[in-house]
Amino acid sequence: MAAERGAAAEALVGQVVLPGDLLLLPAHYDEDAEGERLRLSAGAAPQGRLLCGPGLRRSGAGLLVTKCGLLRHRPGGGGAYWVDSQQKRYVPVQGDHVIGIVTAKAGDVFRLDVGGSEPASLSYLAFEGATKRNRPNVHVGDLIYGQFVVANKDMEPEMVCIDSSGKSSGMGIIGQDGFLFKVSLGLIRKLLAPKCEIIQELSQLYPFELVLGMNGRIWVKAKTVQQTLIIVNILEACEHMTSQQRKQALAKLSGN
Amino acid sequence: QVWQIRLDMHLLNHDGNITDAASIAGIVALCHFRRPDVSVQGEEVTVYTPEERDPVPLSIHHMPICVSFAFFHQGTYLLVDPTEREERVMDGLLVIAMNKHHEICTIQSSGVVMLLQDQILRCSKITAVKVAEITELIQKALENDQKARKEGGKFGFAESIPNQRITAFKMESAAVDTNDVEEQAGEIIAKADPPSEVFANPVLHTPGTAQIGEGIESSWGDLEESEKEEAAEEEGESEAAAFECEKVKTEDTSTVRETKSHEPIVLSDSEEEEVVILEPQELPRKTR
Repeated sequence: MAAERGAAAEALVGQVVLPGDLLLLPAHYDEDAEGERLRLSAGAAPQGRLLCGPGLRRSGAGLLVTKCGLLRHRPGGGGAYWVDSQQKRYVPVQGDHVIGIVTAKAGDVFRLDVGGSEPASLSYLAFEGATKRNRPNVHVGDLIYGQFVVANKDMEPEMVCIDSSGKSSGMGIIGQDGFLFKVSLGLIRKLLAPKCEIIQELSQLYPFELVLGMNGRIWVKAKTVQQTLIIVNILEACEHMTSQQRKQALAKLSGN
Repeated sequence: QVWQIRLDMHLLNHDGNITDAASIAGIVALCHFRRPDVSVQGEEVTVYTPEERDPVPLSIHHMPICVSFAFFHQGTYLLVDPTEREERVMDGLLVIAMNKHHEICTIQSSGVVMLLQDQILRCSKITAVKVAEITELIQKALENDQKARKEGGKFGFAESIPNQRITAFKMESAAVDTNDVEEQAGEIIAKADPPSEVFANPVLHTPGTAQIGEGIESSWGDLEESEKEEAAEEEGESEAAAFECEKVKTEDTSTVRETKSHEPIVLSDSEEEEVVILEPQELPRKTR
């Protein structure tokens, strides 16, 4: 098996990488073509631990790319590399906040559909202020906003609606009405970025409530059904509209 | 000769009704595939490489295609080929797999809807029309591909990408003018004829259950009285909901009762030995 000569990771930041590409880190620049000797140069090695993010896997000679997308780098605190890829299918990740749909009540545990390969489980005690006597009012078909405490490929994912200090901090049962729809994961990350333009522009239009789940699900509620549907259509169209087109569409709507 | 073939399907993107799309993709892939040629002489087996001898296609006898139907409101509304949102809120789903010889290969019913026999028959008629269209499309596409390969033109998956026919996230939206939707809806309702009240001879075979074929004795308990009224209502509404189906079907709503007078359709190059034609039966009204 011929070993590929990888390219330096720093050189490829911001460019498209494909699965199978090998990225070399600064400590490995002077590697022999045959051998695997590491040169310990105190000056070039970065301080702290290098974080290997989604889309990358650590392999003997550096980082191996497993998803296609743009390579990104964050210099702070030892540095982090990850691949910014676009996909619609969600894989549960620990710590992600997601919107789940209750599909069944099995004893003390709710089964939620989160869009992954398996339904997630949510204990009835994992709500703020819930005790054995004081059960939360959850029915089949309800929407729940929670986060994963267990999510790996070997076990069924588990969710909770409280954070580590026992407070709900915005999680829990999502109210009645409103509209739930699915978008790609990349758009969700764009909307969750601080000072997102899309959300700012939309809030100029009508007042509305918005819940974004990292599993690609968005829940919107505005005052009337028509306003809700308009917001839904704009968010869905944001996937493939440039910001110029979006501003035009919003200007037309607010003009109406 | 025994060969083993494996079909892997990768779902790139979907907006509902994966079953139908996957069935079409699967059968087209199998029709398109070519396997190495083999010659057996006594004990000696020679497998020729593609360079030595042209690979041969698999022997596909028929092309079963799935068509899905979504039911709403206990069978009142029927949607063919539901989208993702319709699938999420549907009451029940009926999947019929049929080939172009009008042979039903699979029927699968799920959900909380109890279907009447004539609803299923109507669905199978819609399926026949759809399958004929889709099979024709498939044949044309396979011929075009074969022609392109023979003449040295461009073919394959990579060629469809620039044409944006297999796209990632693009969805063509139809602009709907909703300015005067309320007035238009009011006009339509006012001008439409009321649905015909009473059928001279309601075709009610067995109350409440879906049954096809020879008469099996109904083993449900004393459901006669209440079921008869509900079923008769459903009959009326499901007839009126025919506009949801293909346009061809609006003419066929009355043929359910007339099928007896027609001769059974002779199926042409079908390879089935015994052919059973599904017709609405006048079952003996036996209940326990």
